[in-house]
Amino acid sequence: MAVVETRNLTKIFKQGEAGAVNDVNLATREGEFLVFLGPSGSGKTTLLRMIAGLETPTAGEILIGGKVVNELSPRERRIAMVFQSYALYPHLSVYNNICFPLKAQKVPRDQHRQKVEWAAGLLGIGRLLNRKPRELSGGERQRVALARAIVREPAVFLLDEPLSNLDAKLRASAREELEQFHKSVGTTTIYVTHDQVEAMAMGDRVVVLHQGVVRQIGTPKDVYENPADTFVATFLGSPPMNLIEYSDIIVGFRPEGFLPADLVPGGKQVSFRYRVKYVEYLGAERVLYGNIEGSHFESKEIIARLSWNMPTGYDAGSVHDFAVAESDLHFFDRKSEKRTNPRPFPWQ
Amino acid sequence: MAVKHAKIKSAGAAQSPLLGAAMFGPAILYIVLLIGAPFALAVFYAFSDARIGSTELHYVGLENFRSILHSPTFRQAVQNSIVFTVSAIVIVVIASTILSLALEVPFRGRGMIRFLILLPWVAPVSLGTIGWKWILDSIYSVITWVLVYFHFFSPYNTPMWLGEPHLAMASVVCVHCWRLIPFATVVMLAGSSAIPKEIPEAAGIDGAGYFRTLFWIKIPMMLPIINVAVLFSTIFTFTDMTVVYILTDGGPFDSTQTLPNLAFATGIQGSDLAAGAAISLFLVPVLVAVAYFMLRVAHRAEVV
Repeated sequence: MAVVETRNLTKIFKQGEAGAVNDVNLATREGEFLVFLGPSGSGKTTLLRMIAGLETPTAGEILIGGKVVNELSPRERRIAMVFQSYALYPHLSVYNNICFPLKAQKVPRDQHRQKVEWAAGLLGIGRLLNRKPRELSGGERQRVALARAIVREPAVFLLDEPLSNLDAKLRASAREELEQFHKSVGTTTIYVTHDQVEAMAMGDRVVVLHQGVVRQIGTPKDVYENPADTFVATFLGSPPMNLIEYSDIIVGFRPEGFLPADLVPGGKQVSFRYRVKYVEYLGAERVLYGNIEGSHFESKEIIARLSWNMPTGYDAGSVHDFAVAESDLHFFDRKSEKRTNPRPFPWQ
Repeated sequence: MAVKHAKIKSAGAAQSPLLGAAMFGPAILYIVLLIGAPFALAVFYAFSDARIGSTELHYVGLENFRSILHSPTFRQAVQNSIVFTVSAIVIVVIASTILSLALEVPFRGRGMIRFLILLPWVAPVSLGTIGWKWILDSIYSVITWVLVYFHFFSPYNTPMWLGEPHLAMASVVCVHCWRLIPFATVVMLAGSSAIPKEIPEAAGIDGAGYFRTLFWIKIPMMLPIINVAVLFSTIFTFTDMTVVYILTDGGPFDSTQTLPNLAFATGIQGSDLAAGAAISLFLVPVLVAVAYFMLRVAHRAEVV
């Protein structure tokens, strides 16, 4: 078990162009499940590949277990990685796929079978050992890749979007299994994803990345409830946070906090006249798109999200009294887009 | 896939049998005229006493085969053909695998080097080989000159590259490899670049070093394409006569005589069409075997 740390880690692919990863400082905790979350092109995979030793950093240091590993090859870093494509060896049986790291690391031959069976048993693929990867389903391949990763009991796990090739239903169950699995082995894990649901559900902490820069590191609750800047605020949450700009300030509130006035919990609140333009019916919830009447941001589309058990009647074209609790407002500096303290804001 | 194709084809043919026949026509005509007819003629001649310049023809049964099998030159040629083919293939496969792996990694000037490596394959065989004939000449050889210059040989006792039996065979094999390596390299490059880059990366992370990744992962994954390269190279080598004909014409003392060259020398230059045809028929079993394996490899590649 070990801690991964990066110091001022930077990767520039082409001289003169913006870096894929810029000056990243972060450290995992012992046994932590750390998620790198960001849109595609945010540098999360490059960051992971540098930690794995598959890319050479342009600048900065990588530490695993307190030791600088910049100069070490992937095999010397004692890490295991699961690739998005799983990268199973197509010409080898499942047994030999899982056994490969043991052979490569010269684990005594008499321990091979026992270790492979342990790893396969942990992931419930014991009956597939004689198959070839092409004879497996997506979910089974993903488990083989995981079994191959754990078989030699690595110090750190790196997972690069391991669920993105699974269909939605399988993804949910695989996510749950991965969580259980992490709990049972307790190895420090870094998990890359662009899916905020995965990040929120699985991460002990989430690192939000954008254009190669760390925007925020925090628990899922932290990054959702106290976003550090407007990027984090809009990237997390679906539909995204409503943002309203005025002079040097940006105010934001989440669609689920923007509700019919009588449903907003007590305390100070800001009220609006809300004209509904159209409604998306999603079963468990309804998403309303509309405008605030009589305000200086009337042309701005504002989204509201009502859960299934709230009153109906918010049809397209109708106008209602809506409100947001003041405690649910987020304030950002317009220039830096960073979070600031609450300030008076002219709503009309 | 295959089943689907067959269905489409048969459905189309059923709609318009004439169109189907017209589409197939050129291919069948080509095969019949340029491959079928000469082959049938060779079989026909092999059982006759056909000679160039003679208008008479008699059936002689297996007489030609009997006399060929008793000829020491023929037995020498069979042996040489096998030595020539096997040694060329071994060298070509090893060299082209190494080259393709080296050319896979990006580096400065890679495009230029790929182009240069391909040149021997693009150049006409005969011109290239004539160039080599000069390079290996007994008096004007540049190789000899360099060796003498660095005092490996005295100027009065230089190796005769094409004049000593073992050296001549080695020279012929080398020149043929020079010609075949580019082709095999291109085939192998296609094979190795088809391996997703995560797979060798995963092997590295799993703890495998360069050679383990190479011999356990990359080469096994390239095996189907290596098979294709081997089979094609076998055909090109076993049936090739240009290099042998131009460099040594089978000499010295038949030490580089191969079956195609012997068939040509006997049948065309020696006017004994019947014997020449019979000799060339001995190529058939080998080529049929190779063709069979080629089809099997192609079929397996399709299934995977």
